Amino acid sequence: MSEVQDELIGGLQTKAQAIREDIIKMLAEARSGHPGGSLSSVEIVTALYFHVLRLKSEDPQWPDRDRFILSKGHAAPLLYAALAERGFIPREELLTLRKLGTRLQGHPPWGMVPGVEASTGSLGQGLSMGLGTALAGRLDRRNYRVYVLLGDGESQEGQVWEAAMAAAHYRAGNLTAVLDFNGLQIDGPITEVMSPLPFPDKWRSFGWAVREVDGHDFQDLIAAFDWAKTIHDMPSMIIARTVKGKGVSFMENAAGWHGKAPDMKQTAQALAEIGAGTDFKGDNKHAE
Amino acid sequence: MQSKSSMREAYGRVLVELGKSCPDLVVLDADLSGSTKTKDFGKNYPDRFFNMGIAEQNMMGTAAGFALAGKIPCASTFAVFATGRAYDQVRNAIAYPGLNVKIIATHAGLTVGEDGATHQTIEDISLMRTLPNMTVIVPADAVEAVQAVTAAVAFRGPVYIRLGRPAFPDLFGDDYQFQIGKAAILREGEDAVIFAAGIMVSKALEAAAQLSVEGLDVAVVDVSTIKPLDRETIVKLAEKTGAVVTAEEHSIYGGLGSAVAEVLGEQCPVPMVRVGVEDRFGESGSPEELLDAFGLTSEHLVKAVHGVRDRCKKR
Ligand SMILES: Cc1ncc(C[n+]2csc(CCOP(=O)(O)OP(=O)(O)O)c2C)c(N)n1
Repeated sequence: MSEVQDELIGGLQTKAQAIREDIIKMLAEARSGHPGGSLSSVEIVTALYFHVLRLKSEDPQWPDRDRFILSKGHAAPLLYAALAERGFIPREELLTLRKLGTRLQGHPPWGMVPGVEASTGSLGQGLSMGLGTALAGRLDRRNYRVYVLLGDGESQEGQVWEAAMAAAHYRAGNLTAVLDFNGLQIDGPITEVMSPLPFPDKWRSFGWAVREVDGHDFQDLIAAFDWAKTIHDMPSMIIARTVKGKGVSFMENAAGWHGKAPDMKQTAQALAEIGAGTDFKGDNKHAE
Repeated sequence: MQSKSSMREAYGRVLVELGKSCPDLVVLDADLSGSTKTKDFGKNYPDRFFNMGIAEQNMMGTAAGFALAGKIPCASTFAVFATGRAYDQVRNAIAYPGLNVKIIATHAGLTVGEDGATHQTIEDISLMRTLPNMTVIVPADAVEAVQAVTAAVAFRGPVYIRLGRPAFPDLFGDDYQFQIGKAAILREGEDAVIFAAGIMVSKALEAAAQLSVEGLDVAVVDVSTIKPLDRETIVKLAEKTGAVVTAEEHSIYGGLGSAVAEVLGEQCPVPMVRVGVEDRFGESGSPEELLDAFGLTSEHLVKAVHGVRDRCKKR
């Protein structure tokens, strides 16, 4: 690994730590919300916001920006934390999550929060919206890329596969989906509730280019995002193996932590386990 | 403080009971069995419980298939997904053939709370009410919920039952007898009538108590069956009082208020005010804060009664 690469990955790790800390604090303050699936996607979303996406936080509507759509909208705290760390919204606002009158709704609302690219929360709909946005970009001859984050339980929705079929049919090479493959949904392991496996074969047979990565390994993730950019004639799927609740020992691999906030004691323990973040700004400042 | 009970817990318990006496009962859920409380049925009757995963449309279609083969399927998930996500399946596969499917949905209305607008259905009653063959029931407390579920399972045909997320104040004793299509007069009165459903029934009773201090005698009716509507009771009380308020945790378009207005407009036009969610989506907040912010409180009902009576005087 080069020195530059080392520095980037170190920086991303620090950023991920800060975002995990934000998530725990937000949920503790809100006293409700979804820690498990927010924590499992931290590295994926950090890599996107601090390395992959071309964005201008001072111009959230910049027409050539890359788009990120959080299809698994219940991970809203993660999205808001990333947007705050990336300068789209004030960090102080994070603690208003889920409170009456806040912009930071329980599920991401389009048009209310700068940087939120689609309203999600009803599972299974993000990939379709990503596809429409990608096809519009092609029509307008803009070279932005569209990224959509899906849950593995969410993949049980039929609409996901309707979108998969359509994206391949229209050869949406500017569309990349990432699957947070943490193996759990609300009622238990995905294989026990309603198995959507095997993922790689399904996506390949639907006409997608597929790559499998460790969803907590930045090197792996960055290589996969670089790979996705080289594919122009079909949509690409990055299947990211993750751990639900990653980074907080008692939340890891525990379905019970899907949608429940930590109490004060649990919050203290979680924050101690995560450790403090610093001020890393990411390496994609070139877009600013 | 009035005692409260969870309708969802009550639903979970009665399902287990019914499972004993009704071998044809099958239960379907869509990855929310811990929240809808169908989980206990699954524990007791694992071979008659089907977790369909996060796939509500397929769940409704599968329920229709069970009904085609003579089973009595209860399909549960959050109300927003049961009615909205799977609307065409409910319409074309269940309501049109009039199949014996019970859609028993939880987490309806604003009192979903912090999850916000995406999860707060304020249009489900409207969606279900306009479907021919569909019976629509909105219980006001846990006792009524249990009786409604029992009655729905005994009834032949598609039924939609709307349950809430938080515990609701207890209203009915064990002597209460719910009947599909019958509104329950909880309080007689001469000066105005409040037709209410769901959590707003207890708010209406509170409002009537406040108004009685001012010397006003206000009737309160629990219109738990929104379809078929108890026209007779509604017209009778509208005639008697001449001043009508409706109250529901639902859009003022298409729900109880609309249903009552349709009947009274044709049979007994009197001044009327619909209390419900104005034409807007919900938002995040605690259930009580939201009821307050959206004007679904007893204070608001008191004002509505005054308003409607002022209009009566001007006539
Ligand atoms: C259409 C729809 N059905 C049900 C839900 C309720 N719900 C919220 S999160 C969730 C489980 C999601 O599991 P998964 O996609 O694996 O997410 P993760 O484990 O990554 O959090 C469910 C069923 C929903 N939000 N939308």
